[in-house]
Amino acid sequence: MAEYKWPEPEKRSLIGKRISRVDGPAKVSGKAKYTYDIKRPDMLYGKVLRSPHAHAKIVSIDTSAAEKMPGVKAVKVIQEPGTEIKWAGDEIVAVAAVDEPTAEDAIRAIKVTYEKLPHLVVEEDLSAAGDNAKPAAEQTAGEPEKAFGEAEVIVEGFYGLPVITHCCLESHGSISEWEGDQNLLVHISTQAVSNVANQIGRPLGIPAANVRVKQDHIGGGFGSKFQVDRWDVTAAQLSKMAGGKPVKIMLERDAELMVAGIRPSAYARVKVGAKRDGEIIAWQSESWNTGGSGGGGSPPLPYVFSVPNKHTQHTGIATNTGSARAWRAPNHPQGCLVTMSALEDTAARLEMDPLDFFLKNIELAGRFAEVYREEFAIAADLMEWKKNWHQRGAKTAGPVKRGLGLSLHTWGGGGHGSNCDVIIHPDGSVEVKMGTQDLGTGTRTAIMMVAAETFGLPLEAIKLMIGDNQFPTSGASGGSTTIGGVSASTRRGTLDALEQLFEKVAPSLNVQPADLEAVAGRIRVKSDPRRGLSWKEACMKIGGTAITTRGRNPGPGTLNSSGVGGVQMADVSVDVETGIVRVNKVVAVQDCGLIIDLKTAESQVYGALIMGVCYALYEERIMDARTGRMLNPNMEFYKLAGLGDIGELVVHMMTGKAYDERGVIGLGEPPVISPGAAISNAVANAVGVRVPSLPLTPDRVLAALQYPDREGGSSKNGGNDAGI
Amino acid sequence: MQRDEKMKEKGSGLSRRTFLKVSGISLSVPVVLGHRTIKVAGAEVEVYGPGKVPIALTVNGAKHTAEVEPRVTLLEALRHELDLTGAKRVCDRATCGACTVIMDGKPVYSCSVLALEAQGKQITTAEGLLRGDRLHPVQQAFIDNDAQQCGFCTPGFVVACKVFLDKNPNPTPEEIQKGLGGNLCRCGTYVGVRAAVAQAANQYPNRKGGGNQSTSKGGR
Ligand code: FES
Ligand code: FES
Repeated sequence: MAEYKWPEPEKRSLIGKRISRVDGPAKVSGKAKYTYDIKRPDMLYGKVLRSPHAHAKIVSIDTSAAEKMPGVKAVKVIQEPGTEIKWAGDEIVAVAAVDEPTAEDAIRAIKVTYEKLPHLVVEEDLSAAGDNAKPAAEQTAGEPEKAFGEAEVIVEGFYGLPVITHCCLESHGSISEWEGDQNLLVHISTQAVSNVANQIGRPLGIPAANVRVKQDHIGGGFGSKFQVDRWDVTAAQLSKMAGGKPVKIMLERDAELMVAGIRPSAYARVKVGAKRDGEIIAWQSESWNTGGSGGGGSPPLPYVFSVPNKHTQHTGIATNTGSARAWRAPNHPQGCLVTMSALEDTAARLEMDPLDFFLKNIELAGRFAEVYREEFAIAADLMEWKKNWHQRGAKTAGPVKRGLGLSLHTWGGGGHGSNCDVIIHPDGSVEVKMGTQDLGTGTRTAIMMVAAETFGLPLEAIKLMIGDNQFPTSGASGGSTTIGGVSASTRRGTLDALEQLFEKVAPSLNVQPADLEAVAGRIRVKSDPRRGLSWKEACMKIGGTAITTRGRNPGPGTLNSSGVGGVQMADVSVDVETGIVRVNKVVAVQDCGLIIDLKTAESQVYGALIMGVCYALYEERIMDARTGRMLNPNMEFYKLAGLGDIGELVVHMMTGKAYDERGVIGLGEPPVISPGAAISNAVANAVGVRVPSLPLTPDRVLAALQYPDREGGSSKNGGNDAGI
Repeated sequence: MQRDEKMKEKGSGLSRRTFLKVSGISLSVPVVLGHRTIKVAGAEVEVYGPGKVPIALTVNGAKHTAEVEPRVTLLEALRHELDLTGAKRVCDRATCGACTVIMDGKPVYSCSVLALEAQGKQITTAEGLLRGDRLHPVQQAFIDNDAQQCGFCTPGFVVACKVFLDKNPNPTPEEIQKGLGGNLCRCGTYVGVRAAVAQAANQYPNRKGGGNQSTSKGGR
């Protein structure tokens, strides 16, 4: 049986190198087809009428005018009169028409009346939440009361970050078409190609086996595209009503921001108790958040540092807003911001360098204490921390103040279940088939690298097919689980196939299969590398039937594991006259075990830092307390960072024996956790006061400077004045 | 620009065949503008629609005709009528740059140009930057510097970078930050884009001085 492990460093020809992504040419030339781009023959365009009210009962729906319009092929009431609507933007009626303008006209011709009900859409002020607040269980560890009694320094603070959205550039949606009345073909923008059939088959009353699912490229998911949505089922229903013609529903930008996923907010009052020498001994937090109508799960508090004596209490608030979905590292950025801010405030009170303070307590970080220590040393070097750090608020001359901040984080990232078929044809061509998807993380490239590495072939020799549920199932791409899963299944499948090839080839070389290796396009004898066959010649020994193996994860051998650390440092400038924060530089030092493609791995970290700058400085969903609607469901007021807003970014990936030995670990989530905290800490260091809530917009910065003791620090009045 | 147009004419054979497959499109049909003329305050004003009117667009060096309602944007005409889907619809209101195309040498947000208005102009999309199968230096630089993840913003970004370099063959980092601030990326590829622009600038034909330009930190 093959030995399932990764090749030794000196034997790797591809793994760990910087390899350009294989779908780069298709993407840069505009030829890559996303679900949004697909046009099927005779395709109809679906549009959805959405509720303008955050909380209401549907009284009546009149679709007669829309039905009579030329070009309208189907009208479907999604929620009947009498239904309670719980957020603005919820789906009421859908139409399918020959083109988009006609579908839009039809939507406008539909009349719906509502009975409005009271709503709650802002949650920054816990005391205003009333019955919508659902207190969760309190948790206590150690003896917090006693520990606070023994603390020599106690620091209290309020910290928060608002709801943000995923804002995928390719909105959610799909195209459904029927072949007969029992078989459905679905093109869908999804993070889980292998899971769609089951989810859409059930509401349509057809077996999952009758659903074919396809997706070549996806324009962003970030955790919001795991599920089949109501509009996807609706598209299939409209298609059936229209005689099976393809119906495409892709969300409009406003709907994308209102209903297609949010990251829950988090607000917390925190108390930290420490000894004068910096030892953290006690933690207390009262936190709350919203994740839409179902409330929100609690962020991990305190984050990473398991403070021995702690008391935590969390309240979820149900609001009349679109529901939460996993957002890159669910709950971690929230836990991280609250914790690292409170700890940095404690260091500032102790007049300690937070780097020394964090290192003094690093054993509380558990399993990765040593990794953090190593990473902090590298980050401090790259940031010239010791040279550049100053005591909090030590005023730089002039209105522009500069400061440094840091943070650390952790994540799992163990590989998900994954299956693939590996085929070596007698003519030497190689296929790998897997029901996975490439979110732009470089999944395609990584799978091909692993297969090519095993076979000693160039990357181009591998024909990879993904994005289709006809291929062996592979897990959803979320939680940084993909790379560990697909690399391991591919490695096992290709090693098994290679072993079969060796068996076919060995007799002709007069050796045992175990004496062979595949290197540089040849199958050769390990002890006498000049003896061997070219890959093509070797494959001619296969006979008439191709070698086919099934690679699996989990499986034998240790190819992946779970758990990473990661530290970040930020350098900012803050203009105390205008309140404008600029990021000068962010340093990220990240471990993720054995790296398959260093280039796309670094891209993941750069991307995470940029997303981090977005939510630290710009992004927030702004709800209008009076109308219950989102005020910025667009891209001019739902702000993302541009190319000039991100400063200098420095990424250092941890590599080497100790990291290789951990096997492959996912990377998508961890680096997006810390930027908010590191940047917020840098701003506090620069201006001398904590700006309590993200995003660190000019109004919040100026308010914090003027009223350093006001909770929330925002110029907004208890969340009731929700003006932009 | 001249050079580019010639280049596109040459490369258009392939696209022409593709276009013929698209229903509703015919080539080289004489342009008949479906408008009426009315008098408003003594002046003659052309009125189009509200029904479909024939339009003629010159895209990537080839002429195409289609019938669209006057409210249809250039972006929608490219995507729905010509099946050129490189330009993406994201914000649909001139904020994100995903729909950027070149119109008479200038970058425009095609979501904010009516198809009618684009008649008689030379339009180039990301697809049109290819010379046969060969990538434009900007496209190659995007690959070399991994300036794309999901890639949804990428065709618009590539087009914006191309026009930017046409105008600024020797850009400073500050000029890059300003000049390319009109394109948004959710995956966070700006570090790669900056490095790609610097690399492509080094290879640009009309660059003065030439020579190596050091890429900014955070480049590869
Ligand atoms: S779609 Fe045109 S600028 Fe965003
Ligand atoms: S690469 Fe995904 S939006 Fe830019």
